[in-house]
Amino acid sequence: MGFSLSDQHQLLSKIANNDGHGENSSYFDGWKAYDSNPFHPIQNPNGVIQMGLAENQLCFDLIQEWIKRNPKASICTAEGVGEFKDIAIFQDYHGLPDFRNAVANFMGRVRGGRVTFDPDRIVMSGGATGAHELISFCLADPGDAFLVPTPYYPGFDRDLRWRTGVQLLPVICESSNDFKITKAALEAAYEKAQEANIKVKGLLITNPSNPLGTTLDRETLKSLVSFINEKSIHLICDEIYAATVFSQPKFISISEIILEEDMECNPNLIHIVYSLSKDMGFPGFRVGIVYSYNDEVVKIARKMSSFGLVSTQTQHLIASMLLDDDFVESFIGESAKRLETRHKVFTWGLSQVGIGCLKSNAGLFVWMDLRRLLKESTVEAEMELWRAIIKDVKLNVSPGSSFHCLEPGWFRVCFANMDDETMEVALRRIRAFVFQGKEVEAPVKNKRWRNNLRLSFSLKFDEGVMTPRMMSPHSPIPHSPLVRART
Amino acid sequence: MGFTSSNQHLLSKIATSLGHGEDSPYFDGWKAYDKDPFNLTQNPNGVIQMGLAENPLCFDLIQEWIKKNPKASICTAEGVDEFKDIAIFQDYHGLPEFRNAVAKFMGRARGGRVTFDPDRIVMSGGATGANELIAFCLADPGDAFLVPSPYYPAFDRDLRWRTGVQLVPVPCHSSNDFKITKAALETAYEKAQESNIKVKGLIITNPSNPLGTILDRETLRTLVSFINEKNIHLICDEIYAATVFTEPNFVSIAEILSEDIACNRDLIHIVYSLSKDMGLPGFRVGIVYSYNDEVVNCGRKMSSYGLVSTQTQHLIASMLLDEEFTESFITESAKRLATRHGVFTRGLAKVNIDCLNSNAGLFCWMDLRRLLKESTVEAELALWRLIIHEVKLNVSPGSSFHCSEPGWFRVCFANMDEETMEVALQRIHTFVHQKETVVPAKNKKLWRSNLRSLSFSSRRLGLDEVVLMSPHSPIPHSPLLRAKT
Repeated sequence: MGFSLSDQHQLLSKIANNDGHGENSSYFDGWKAYDSNPFHPIQNPNGVIQMGLAENQLCFDLIQEWIKRNPKASICTAEGVGEFKDIAIFQDYHGLPDFRNAVANFMGRVRGGRVTFDPDRIVMSGGATGAHELISFCLADPGDAFLVPTPYYPGFDRDLRWRTGVQLLPVICESSNDFKITKAALEAAYEKAQEANIKVKGLLITNPSNPLGTTLDRETLKSLVSFINEKSIHLICDEIYAATVFSQPKFISISEIILEEDMECNPNLIHIVYSLSKDMGFPGFRVGIVYSYNDEVVKIARKMSSFGLVSTQTQHLIASMLLDDDFVESFIGESAKRLETRHKVFTWGLSQVGIGCLKSNAGLFVWMDLRRLLKESTVEAEMELWRAIIKDVKLNVSPGSSFHCLEPGWFRVCFANMDDETMEVALRRIRAFVFQGKEVEAPVKNKRWRNNLRLSFSLKFDEGVMTPRMMSPHSPIPHSPLVRART
Repeated sequence: MGFTSSNQHLLSKIATSLGHGEDSPYFDGWKAYDKDPFNLTQNPNGVIQMGLAENPLCFDLIQEWIKKNPKASICTAEGVDEFKDIAIFQDYHGLPEFRNAVAKFMGRARGGRVTFDPDRIVMSGGATGANELIAFCLADPGDAFLVPSPYYPAFDRDLRWRTGVQLVPVPCHSSNDFKITKAALETAYEKAQESNIKVKGLIITNPSNPLGTILDRETLRTLVSFINEKNIHLICDEIYAATVFTEPNFVSIAEILSEDIACNRDLIHIVYSLSKDMGLPGFRVGIVYSYNDEVVNCGRKMSSYGLVSTQTQHLIASMLLDEEFTESFITESAKRLATRHGVFTRGLAKVNIDCLNSNAGLFCWMDLRRLLKESTVEAELALWRLIIHEVKLNVSPGSSFHCSEPGWFRVCFANMDEETMEVALQRIHTFVHQKETVVPAKNKKLWRSNLRSLSFSSRRLGLDEVVLMSPHSPIPHSPLLRAKT
């Protein structure tokens, strides 16, 4: 029809034309590699193993067992179909009361019963993705900013910024103190914003942390609360990994902190984002939750939830499941156990070849330290190493720069999205790669190992990677969109 | 704790604006229904809900299909083996079979006259999410869409609230059965130009809510020429496509495109959902279908904010890939809608209440202009309150649809059972008869003055703008009662 590409661009909005969706990044190499050659134990044993996807696949046997024993949880079984009409027709944005009760109940149990949640503060959203965008729309105007400690989940760049026009300003955390969030770093980030005339509306934390897999201690949480209270800015706590805490120290939720006697805090500033995608392993069901201690926010968020309500078919199922206290109790306990085992196997396997990870007690991944393997301490070197890992070790892991980590050399590696055998294969490959086929003991300080590793690096450079632009390991695109989007 | 409760400054402008559209006097109707909901046996004098465009007429067919197809569910003994794969699947392309199924269904709802490409199917959080998504893709804050009035009130929220986009009405009039004229389009467009507002597109609902009519081929072609000439988008909300229950046949924009017409296909987009055609609003199955590759691409990324639950995708995929079922469902649904529509309009005609001649939708566009004290919005709302409080029917006043002529009311007829419909008609008959000694159609004065002498609520309204309520809002019960936060 004679229309040029620039005509095309003019047809669409600025939002549609910018890359706020975050997918135009070289990190898709990993996805592409996996997509074009996915590992399968029998059909493709030499394929790429996916270790870039934070999924929790360890407890589906328990869930399936429960489903078989509870046919009324479904509106499609003979026992449950009598409710089909009422459920299918229900579109009230308050959600099914049972659903809200069940989620509130579950959230409390995940926190060991140390706090209770009010079902009337439970607001639905389109997954945690929708929840983050929703809370951003509620609390900030275009141009305003949220502070966010690095390293952080890459999807935040899209979820909090893309359609909202809100900015994210990093609060730098460093390995020298195990990536703790310090008051100094917070103040520095806040002042920097002030100087640039950027209005900070809040602080966003992920606890337990993605990608670190650590939980915040009581002291840090209290200092965060003091900080935001003093500045009168919001505190958004993404607690999506709450039930993935598998060993000490126990998880401390923000909900516990604000209850403490000596904690002075305006509850209107406190908001929790939650989801069943990680704790239960149901990312497909899009169960996102916004829980706010601010009545106005609950009201407005509820109206906004219209854009991303949870399917009532799913609300109904989840309600039944999470109101079963026996099941919930044993699920949480067993899930933590299995995660702990998996975590142990993996970190031990890595340590055997001299690879260390940040000490962690939660999450579905480890924060692996490969700094000593870098040619030099730069993002480029990290990317080079990353490509080698994909190409030569055939593992898709996520480079720290995609999490905005300021120190090159860290990688997030997921361990819960595969079965035991695949985990073994992954460890074997890492071992083989490190020893180059020789069965030699590799003490941590062995420089020769380092040289060997340097040799087998792929020298394929891609200078296109200048900025640590994010990829979204948590993106709902486990398969490269470049492969699928054939429009 | 000593903290003030005023936290307006803590929230965003979007949060503190009225863009959600719920702060309007129209909640009287919802409140009245909530306080006193009709029940045939338990509360036979309660308010009958006729403001909710739902389609529950064919659930027996659906339930039957569900019983016969246990593998459609991931929770039955037959289907539970797929539970893990489905629960874990979060690809924003959606399950391939889901897209195939929806594409197929959309084709069947159009009598097989066009086919749809599964790769252009993008998910969204219901049609609510779909409309917002398309607005985000096509327009910048401050830009505008033209929209023929009367129109679905929630467009004000869906297309404007978080996007910052404006809606500029294209008024349609009863004098020509509310057809959309080229003149009206041009006038609206020019008006926008003069105000320095950039028009990015035209949004139409076909079949129409609230009119229940479909656009004829000529009008559709006129619209396509118009937008093509102005190089603006055409968004076609075809959410009621399968509710067409009698001639003339539905003509989709998809069919127009397949005809010999000059048009940049990059300008054409369809919004769809299963909420009306299948009666499944709770499942949040919204669809954006665009002929523009960039929009599909971008829309797909945006769909992350409102994907359809894979549990539901899986069920819908099975159901809609069953062609025998969809064929018979579409036919039977149309039949039952036709019957219901017939019963209701004939019932109204008996007391000389006319409706706009319609062949689709889940509602009638009822003409009560002659019952107004005067042709004003205030008079319309006064009559409306009377209908709620004395006739005890929750209907939707035309002003909430931005209708420029007072006196029209949208009345839903599909969202209740036959007995309730009978009661509703009885009440209308009683009300009309009570107020007249004789009921000749020509005895306007007597009838009208009798109505006038009745207890109109004389509460004045501060109606500067016709702020909407959302009859289609997912709040069948007043939020003011429920939001106990």
